[in-house]
Amino acid sequence: MTEPLLQIKSLNKSFGALKATDDVSLTLYPREIHALIGPNGAGKSTLIKQVAGGLQPNSGEIWFDGRDVTGLSTVARARSGLGRTFQISSLAMEYTVLQNAVLGALGHSGAVWRFFNPVMGNAPLRDAAIAALERVGLVEHAAKRTADLSHGQRRLLEVAVALTLQPRVFLMDEPMAGLGASGSKRLTEFLDGLRTEAPILLVEHDMDAVFALADRISVLVYGKIIATGTAEEIRSDPAVREAYLGEEDAA
Amino acid sequence: MSRATLLNAALFLMLPVTALAALVLDEPFIITLATKVAILALAGVGLNIALGLGGLVSLGHAAFFGIGGYAMGILAHHAQTFTPLMEAPFLLEGTKSMPVIWVVAVIAGALAALAIGALSLRTSGVYFIMITLAFGQMLYYFAISWPAYGGEDGLSIYVRNGFPGLNTLDPIQFFVLCFVILALVLFCAGRLAAAPFGLALSAARQNAERVETVGLSPYRLRLLAFVISGAVTALAGALFADLNRFVSPTMLSWHMSGEIMIFVILGGVGRLFGPVAGAALFILLEHVLGGLSDFWHVYLGLLLLLVVLFARGGMIGLAAGREVAHD
Amino acid sequence: MSTLLLIEQVLNGLQFGVMLFLMAAGLTLIFGVMGLINLAHGSLYMIGAFAAAAVAGATGSFVLALIASLAAAAAAGAIIELVVIRRLYDRDHLDQVLATFALILIFSEGTRWVFGSFPLFLDIPDALAGPVMLPGGIQYPAYRLLIIAIGLLVAFGLFQLIARTRIGIQIRAGESDREMIAALGVDISKLYTLVFALGAALAGLAGALVGAIQSVQVGMGEPVLILAFVVIVIGGIGSIKGALVGALLVGLTDTLGGVLLPGFFGTFMEASAATAVGSSLASMSIYILMAGVLLFKPTGLYGSA
Repeated sequence: MTEPLLQIKSLNKSFGALKATDDVSLTLYPREIHALIGPNGAGKSTLIKQVAGGLQPNSGEIWFDGRDVTGLSTVARARSGLGRTFQISSLAMEYTVLQNAVLGALGHSGAVWRFFNPVMGNAPLRDAAIAALERVGLVEHAAKRTADLSHGQRRLLEVAVALTLQPRVFLMDEPMAGLGASGSKRLTEFLDGLRTEAPILLVEHDMDAVFALADRISVLVYGKIIATGTAEEIRSDPAVREAYLGEEDAA
Repeated sequence: MSRATLLNAALFLMLPVTALAALVLDEPFIITLATKVAILALAGVGLNIALGLGGLVSLGHAAFFGIGGYAMGILAHHAQTFTPLMEAPFLLEGTKSMPVIWVVAVIAGALAALAIGALSLRTSGVYFIMITLAFGQMLYYFAISWPAYGGEDGLSIYVRNGFPGLNTLDPIQFFVLCFVILALVLFCAGRLAAAPFGLALSAARQNAERVETVGLSPYRLRLLAFVISGAVTALAGALFADLNRFVSPTMLSWHMSGEIMIFVILGGVGRLFGPVAGAALFILLEHVLGGLSDFWHVYLGLLLLLVVLFARGGMIGLAAGREVAHD
Repeated sequence: MSTLLLIEQVLNGLQFGVMLFLMAAGLTLIFGVMGLINLAHGSLYMIGAFAAAAVAGATGSFVLALIASLAAAAAAGAIIELVVIRRLYDRDHLDQVLATFALILIFSEGTRWVFGSFPLFLDIPDALAGPVMLPGGIQYPAYRLLIIAIGLLVAFGLFQLIARTRIGIQIRAGESDREMIAALGVDISKLYTLVFALGAALAGLAGALVGAIQSVQVGMGEPVLILAFVVIVIGGIGSIKGALVGALLVGLTDTLGGVLLPGFFGTFMEASAATAVGSSLASMSIYILMAGVLLFKPTGLYGSA
């Protein structure tokens, strides 16, 4: 078996008495989509934050591409190839859609210490940005101010910016939220193809998307992973049914 | 052309037109006022790189303005008294040459901004405001208590420093010199805003988390912006001291920081030509209101309060309507 | 340097620190509860001093003068809160800086308009004018001791207010969550006016107390304001305890630095150079202290991360 690209080892994070992350271990292999599901407040976003670098764990390690990145900053992790999308869109709201995508391409190129030639006239950056917008279907909105986008469109722009980074691993926090049924279906198809470029650690509430996409699913409840397995295994896991899916079946 | 572009062009041309008209009417004092506007606008353009683009509310830019002023004062002082700046380990003489003074002022301003910025950018928000204010005040008190260069009384220069091929004592020639520098710096600041660095810096102002996520360090972007900003403001300080042929701790006082910020705000924060409009309005008010009442700062305060509370885009914002800045 | 002189200087440092605390406490409360940076806090200090000088001049009573300083500064604070400041709570810090800077211009020039440019004098009451004999044979001005006592008393009162009373609970709740406190049925705008007026009154009291040692003049509040900022940066925003510790640190550093540093440099430099270097360095000492704290604790000694 190949080595995991991303490996979380016994991660712990507490806020006072609350254990937000309770001895979590998790792996992400090349070409796979590993979905992380769980009820609200289970600690999914807290976990993603620790992987991306915004939050330091109390203990445990995060290994990326054979290297311990636990002590690295968000910037260093992004540079080493972690491409993240946020649960609550985090974009430069005054900028146009294209400018946000160019910012991503600029970050990827690293050529930010240039002071004279207009960045929007830089053909390679622009092309990379437009290509990314095309892939998520936002290219016709390229000139729109980001603040004027709908919530669903902002999620897509988050994905597009992540694409411009050409990351080795995607960390996606609820990319489907606010997209509507047809939008979700399109993005699901897109992510399905994306896994061959880089594996995805996917936090998602849209169960149809999760079961359609995920090679493996981990279920997080109260900060603890109670089960990891294929879609079939998770569906039939009694602990999961009781803790989580039971509510949905009843509904 | 958009209304804002037209307005910018008009604002910018207003200065040389005023100076030329004053030349024809033989009103050298007006030329000096126009020169003052150009120099103060330059200081504002410097601050605007940190404030408008970077979102860094520095209340300590008088430090850099004053450092530029003292760079001029100290070099010219040694030149006019024929005393070397230092003799060991190597001989360093003063100078009356403007280009040399400018280079020294820019380097000194940049170094001071690097030191102050490296510390204060570790914080953000209110802390940053208070810390830049405090470091500015530190230099102010230092200048007062350091007796070698006049202490509280400052330094006077007998003759304005020279520029090759120009008679800088002639008001119109000195105006042209200052105006050309302003124009060059405005051009470079405009390019900077649209360049990769400007895109990333402005993005860090809007959303630092986003910039980190694409692998860029907001701290480094901001620090460089602060350094560039300090260097430009120091250049303005050197010119200002040369205009007055005098430098004193007043240039370092926090009221000066506040005034430079007012130039930026009256014009419209983040707008390239904002400081030009703001400085012009400020000097105009100083002379119109100052002529009517000794207490014109009351009216200035009221105007500033109204602009902040009700006209957040500044003058250009009011005149140009709601258009996107950074044109 | 003799021990007696050193003790006297330590007391001077304490007195200065206690005054800074009165300024910094109001500033830090206003920041902690309302999230507002108020540059015009120095103007409230000045208003307190002018009110005291005017009332003392008219009545000859120092107690009335102190009461007037509290009342005038609190009233001025309440008025600017109602007219200007409350429009700024939802604005960014830049707007707050500019609007309160505008208030300084208005207050300073307005005061010059009314009282003229010459300093006023506020006399120390006769009963307190002389020195007191402290244990160990130290003579120290009674009035300065009174200032230390008043400052410590106010500090104690503030801690009690915040720890024990209903208003204190509301202030602490307001710091952590504005919406929650509104949900609790507290009239948030009344609370804000009250906190602002309280901070203003403390600044006014400080102005009046110091006004009797120094002169009462326009612009007197600004150096103190900036020192109070240094205090808050060192102590941590929003923390009364931090304000107290920071104020005493700054007061002692500033006073002792001015006395000790020239002497220290005098041990290995010639006298005139030692005085120059020593006094220049002393003028920068508190800022160096601030830089040191920043290096190790960017959010201040008692600030929350």
